[in-house]
Amino acid sequence: MLQVISLLLENKPGALMRVTGLLSQRGYNIESLTVARTLDPELSRMTIVVEVEVHQRQQVIKQMNKLINVLQATDLTESPAVVRELVLVRIRTPQESRTAVLKEAEIFGGRVVDSSTEGFAIEVTGDPEKLGEFIDVMGSWGEIDVTRSGALAIALESKKLKLQPPVPTKAGVKLEESVY
Amino acid sequence: MSTLMSGAKMLVECLVREGVDCMFGYPGGVTLPFYDVLYEHHIRHVLVRHEENAAFAAEGYARSTGKVGVCCATSGPGATNLTTGLVDAMMDSIPIVAITGQVSTKLIGSDAFQEADTFGITRPCTKHNYLVKKLEDLGQAIHEAFYVASSGRPGPVLVDVTKDVLQGQGHYQPVTSIHLPGYKVFTEGHTGQIRRAVQMIQESERPLVYSGGGIIAAEAARELREFVELTDAPTVNTLMGLGSLPSEHPNFISMPGMHGSYAANMAMSNADLLIALGVRFDDRVTGRLAAFAPHAKVIHVDIDPAEIGKNRAPDVPIVGDVKRVLTKIIKALKESGTEPGENLKAARRAWRQQVREWKQEHPLQVVTSDTEIKPQHLVSEIDRISRGQAIVTSDVGQHQMWAAQFIRFNEPRLWLNSGGLGSMGFGLPAAVGAQFARPDKLVFSLVGDGGFQMAIPELATVASYGLPIKIVVMNNGYLGMVRQWQTLFYNNRLSAVELDCFPDAEKLAGAYGFKGKTIDKPWELAPALEEAVKEPGPYLLNVKVTPFECVYPMVPAGGAISEMVLGPPQPVAVP
Repeated sequence: MLQVISLLLENKPGALMRVTGLLSQRGYNIESLTVARTLDPELSRMTIVVEVEVHQRQQVIKQMNKLINVLQATDLTESPAVVRELVLVRIRTPQESRTAVLKEAEIFGGRVVDSSTEGFAIEVTGDPEKLGEFIDVMGSWGEIDVTRSGALAIALESKKLKLQPPVPTKAGVKLEESVY
Repeated sequence: MSTLMSGAKMLVECLVREGVDCMFGYPGGVTLPFYDVLYEHHIRHVLVRHEENAAFAAEGYARSTGKVGVCCATSGPGATNLTTGLVDAMMDSIPIVAITGQVSTKLIGSDAFQEADTFGITRPCTKHNYLVKKLEDLGQAIHEAFYVASSGRPGPVLVDVTKDVLQGQGHYQPVTSIHLPGYKVFTEGHTGQIRRAVQMIQESERPLVYSGGGIIAAEAARELREFVELTDAPTVNTLMGLGSLPSEHPNFISMPGMHGSYAANMAMSNADLLIALGVRFDDRVTGRLAAFAPHAKVIHVDIDPAEIGKNRAPDVPIVGDVKRVLTKIIKALKESGTEPGENLKAARRAWRQQVREWKQEHPLQVVTSDTEIKPQHLVSEIDRISRGQAIVTSDVGQHQMWAAQFIRFNEPRLWLNSGGLGSMGFGLPAAVGAQFARPDKLVFSLVGDGGFQMAIPELATVASYGLPIKIVVMNNGYLGMVRQWQTLFYNNRLSAVELDCFPDAEKLAGAYGFKGKTIDKPWELAPALEEAVKEPGPYLLNVKVTPFECVYPMVPAGGAISEMVLGPPQPVAVP
């Protein structure tokens, strides 16, 4: 079953590798993954859609929460959340069907971002299922190329974020005399 | 005030401040600046003969003391050789910090000489890892590494440091505080769950304490003992937990699981309450999960939330440091003032009696012979000399299981073995680490002939530092455990398991300048072991044992632990 995970993590080298490694070492296939910085540039928000057996879902969240760079891992699969995706479709279409293609795109709330004699490039956002339908419809009008962004999710209920305070190191211990 | 110094000096400064007095390593090209500083002897550096053994030795140091073990290797092959030891430490939750050199920052990604993606390779081998490309990040990374390795569920942390960082000059400012906002360590345990646990313990008729390596990691042996005596519950210790309750304690049964005793497995299978303390319901303990402890409610205490419910869903989950949680449970039990009713008292008496009967029905029995040395005989002789006091390190396989069955450990941190990963070649380097950490202790390295040959290079380390380790090779000429499985489950088709051509132990040890001997007669065993122990230096004792002995009891893979095979199939009588 597809699991939607939202992660808040430190924007540090290797953080992405730790998350994907955790999934790949269990043989889970990542359906989509998006990542970008948050309002705080030191943090990133990641949305992952991944195929996980139902009984392993909680374990995956726990393992992610164990990663040192992860501040919070949340399972959004069944909790109130909005999931959106963006798709870019380039369609090659003959002159006679151009109007029809535009009409169809309009139904899906699409926006033409490029137009040429050969066809259009169209941008649509929506929930991932809807986008699948849009792609099918476009495909019926002509040859298409498709790029999808992968799902972006935001929880509709805020979960309290508990951050750990700084801890003292042993470097603060006064040595009899410094080594150097 | 800050001092101008090189990155390599800063690294040593940080290690000294972390209390590192001894480390295990092997130098190379990019760690030259670091080794140049080590020349000044602020830290004792033990030169091993293979990087893998540096990691194992660091583990031996950590396992025998609880302190963070430190190992060091150069870039490329040095770092890749460390990985088995890192995973070993990961599987058994052992705190070690590995320092590796990396090629200069400007060369990273250019397929430079001895370059490997250490940061990437060791990601799944460590609890956390670092790549330090800037001098100003070095102190932070080192102190974070020690904190992460030793706190929460302990584990290995690697810090990969580029050569230009080691060579760079900068002002040393002690990093007095670190901030890991996402690193959560749960120690206290949920008050409500602890209350529920206490109630469950008070109501249980057939309680069983199932405790493991977590007790040792948390230094909670005293609390465990107090708890066991307060509740008078029978107790099993996992392979990793041996010594957490003294083997001679009247409530101690033995190890459960695939090669656990009949009594331990029957107790697991019939208990109405499992008090699981610092254990992870490993497949070698539980056998077929669906049939594991079918009548038991489970209280599971572990510091790692991901362990709770991973294999067996508990009735009472408690995430916390088992030392603190046990202290609270003990306090609550004492304060509750609830006396068990007569029926409950009688039920518990009957339960303890039942456990005693199981122990008598099928005890773990030392097998001896007049003509050959039985492997069980060998471990029982080590036990006789150790009296529950010596450090015993082992590899993985038959000798490890027999040692776990027959050698008593009356304190934690005496039994050092590769439990989770099951690494051959662990025993000897682990003994090196342990002997450095605890020079006062008698250290046996009990290894198989297979694992010993994987660790042979370390004979040089043992000799060069004059470590009085007693290396005892249980030599059956086979990869015994693999052979056992081939015998039992592969129609005795012994494929690639015979290890012929074992070196002459006397000559081998002699070549390194210490004493060695080979024996194969049962009457030679006790005197030879005593001679080895009397010898002030190292000793290599090669003990040729019955080649075809199998470890019993045995739960076949995928079987329920109540369905043990108790001994070899009896020969069919010819009419």
